[in-house]
Amino acid sequence: MERIPILRMGNYLLVTIQVDMHDKLALTLQDDLTNRISEVNAKGVLIDISSLEIVDSFIGRTLANIASMAKVLDAETVVVGMQPAVAITLVELGMSLPGIRTALNVESGMEYLRETVAGHEESDDASGDDTEN
Amino acid sequence: MSKLMGAIQQNRESILLNWLKDLKSAVRRRDLISDRELETQASDILAAIADAPAETTPEDFSAAGWQPLKDMLANLSVSRATQGFTPSETAIFVLSIKPSLFILARQLWGSDTTELFTEISVISEFLDKLALHTTDSYIQGRDRVIARQQEEMLELSTPVVTLWDGIVALPLIGTLDSARTQVVMESLLQAIVQTNSRFAVIDITGVPTVDTLVAQHLLKTITAARLMGAECILSGIRPQIAQTIVHLGINLEDVITKSKLSDAFRLALERSGRKVVRVERPNVASTAQLRGI
Repeated sequence: MERIPILRMGNYLLVTIQVDMHDKLALTLQDDLTNRISEVNAKGVLIDISSLEIVDSFIGRTLANIASMAKVLDAETVVVGMQPAVAITLVELGMSLPGIRTALNVESGMEYLRETVAGHEESDDASGDDTEN
Repeated sequence: MSKLMGAIQQNRESILLNWLKDLKSAVRRRDLISDRELETQASDILAAIADAPAETTPEDFSAAGWQPLKDMLANLSVSRATQGFTPSETAIFVLSIKPSLFILARQLWGSDTTELFTEISVISEFLDKLALHTTDSYIQGRDRVIARQQEEMLELSTPVVTLWDGIVALPLIGTLDSARTQVVMESLLQAIVQTNSRFAVIDITGVPTVDTLVAQHLLKTITAARLMGAECILSGIRPQIAQTIVHLGINLEDVITKSKLSDAFRLALERSGRKVVRVERPNVASTAQLRGI
């Protein structure tokens, strides 16, 4: 069965979507990703959608769901490299995806993850049970 | 000279009288044109037909002899268009000379049906061409107006300018409608990708009014930019527009707004870890230092 590979890099998981997403693939990704997050105790997830040319409302919602699920599992999610056409489509569909962090490219996405996760760890060290976002 | 042309020249007065009678009885726009003006136009056209050079025939409308008449009709079409006539009204005005010429033809060749038929078809065809010429001129005039307006629209189309590495600005000028917003949104997003910009400043100083639709368009653009990973700052909101936005109940709380473009630029610089400072020694290599900020 077709799967989207999930790469591990230290505390982070990298997902690069390079095929057209269909509904089943998105759901498989959601399953795989949540499993991997808890398996490896990941602190950050980076989803690169720069090769994704077509999205529908379902894919958009699945992305939002993945981000919320990762949040529950204590991992930050950042979606990077969204194409202008995709962004316009999502906005026209009325999906502003307020829960999702975005970045221009993998580089700035990783930068953001490092900053946020490092910030969390520092505040965790300082106050123990701090749940600051 | 054809017999027809000769007859028109000789019977000019009676043709004009008949024509004017027809014009006055026909449905006409008293609100747009006075009787006197109408008479002048009619007699001018008739004179142009009657005074055409001898070798010019009604069968050959492209002949050089008809050029004065063509020019006159073109002018007539333009002036009537400015007065508010529709092109068909102008064409009908020209065509309304037909009955008076038909009367003339019947007087002259009433006994000879073949001759009558030939002359009437010549008259009819000639006048149809005149009427079509007025319509053509009207359309040409319109085309020129449209071409000019398109040029103006293109000039108004909005360029995306780079303020700094990673900061682009979009100075919007003029009213935003759906079509224009689409273009603006696409060019902004494209520029964000090309320049790898994390900040985009949308300046609406030149937008005269902001209604719910325009605000919605702006919010869409801002959301789309955010989805791509760029942060948008809205600047140039005038006091009246701020009032309108609040009265309309538009929610701009999720959007960073600044009153001036410079404030937005300063914020973008700050967020990207930069700062503008005054140079200590302004006259020594100040430009070089400014570049090095």
